[in-house]
Amino acid sequence: MAGENGAEGGSGLSIHPMDQFIVKPLFGDGPVGMFTVTNVTLWLALAVGCVALLMVIATRGRNIVPSRGQSVAELAYGFIYKMVEDVSGRDGLKYFPYIMTLFLFIVFANFLGLIPMSFTTTSHIAVTAVLALAVFLTVMVLGFVKNGAAFLGLFWVSSAPLALRPVLAIIELISFFVRPVSHSIRLAGNIMAGHAVLKVFAGFAAVTAVAPLAIIGMVGVYALEVLVAFIQAYVFTILTCVYLKDALHPGH
Amino acid sequence: MATETPVIVDGHAGETVAQEIEAGMPQLDFSTFPNQIFWLLIALFAIYFILTRIGLPRVGGVLAERQGTITNHIAAAEELKLRAQHAEKAYDKALADARIEAGKIVAAAKADIQGDLDQAIAKADEEIAAKSAESEASINEIRKGAVAAIEEVAKETAGALVGALGGTSDQAAIDAAVQARLKG
Repeated sequence: MAGENGAEGGSGLSIHPMDQFIVKPLFGDGPVGMFTVTNVTLWLALAVGCVALLMVIATRGRNIVPSRGQSVAELAYGFIYKMVEDVSGRDGLKYFPYIMTLFLFIVFANFLGLIPMSFTTTSHIAVTAVLALAVFLTVMVLGFVKNGAAFLGLFWVSSAPLALRPVLAIIELISFFVRPVSHSIRLAGNIMAGHAVLKVFAGFAAVTAVAPLAIIGMVGVYALEVLVAFIQAYVFTILTCVYLKDALHPGH
Repeated sequence: MATETPVIVDGHAGETVAQEIEAGMPQLDFSTFPNQIFWLLIALFAIYFILTRIGLPRVGGVLAERQGTITNHIAAAEELKLRAQHAEKAYDKALADARIEAGKIVAAAKADIQGDLDQAIAKADEEIAAKSAESEASINEIRKGAVAAIEEVAKETAGALVGALGGTSDQAAIDAAVQARLKG
């Protein structure tokens, strides 16, 4: 997304770092309704396509000695499977497909967003909030279904002194309900900030005097963004596993 | 933030508030939320569907299969190793047996050779003894012959000497004299 509109000549520098996040219809320019095919649709579809490419097309050989694509798919599978097993416990493995879905979607959305001129779906709070709320609601429902009222033990720290427990309960309660907020804003904020910074550097690259510096800065930030793209997907996934563990085994 | 960057967004200039917010942070333009959420849910369901129907069972199957193959191969290797060890033992045993056998054969051969040798030596000794006895006999005969010849020659010589010296040759006296002399 970097570089499509730097300085627009005339009255000096005009940088629009946030333009890249605008949701607009793909065909024509009417209002954005619920079912309008927008750039969001396109890039979500591309993410789905990438998942299919990795997990279906690349693994179609089912080789004992894997091809390159298949070994990447196996790596992703093993990585998340082990994470779920280690963090959520063995009974968390039942929810492995959900977590794998989240991880693959975020990772591909993040990396697709790093393609110049692309639209980054995970930079939108609407998208990450849905992901985080889905996790939050799943945890809450699962916790009560699996443990009944014992799920509330999550807020009643029985290892603390009795006098402290009400205070801790309030803190735990707040932290529990803040989870979806931090969970979603962490991802969207990281991705959005990185992409906006890239855009700002790209804008400055149009000024001859600072162009080399701006370009070096862009390369550096881009490298950082590649790292962030993966790390944020990883963080989102591992936090999901942690929350899932709370639902399955409440109490400390 | 909202008013810093004037943005030309085509179309709906009427929705001023949304427009203003969109100009600053498109993330907070709530009018696009239903659209994003709708498509996101479709995308997530699509990914979930792809993964649970095809992707995950396949990869899981491949991994399990590989694990199985590796386990089988390790077991097979273990068995082969065991077999190799057995074979080595059998080889060692065969080698030891062969050595013992060879030792026996060598001993037998030695004994055989010794027997033959002894026999040959005995036979040679016998032959030598026979030969030497024969030679002795012939030497004795020769000696006897020689003595007889000497006696004869002595008698004849004595007779001739007596005749030449003018005596009468008394054969009997000469014989006695020669015999006495030969014994002396």
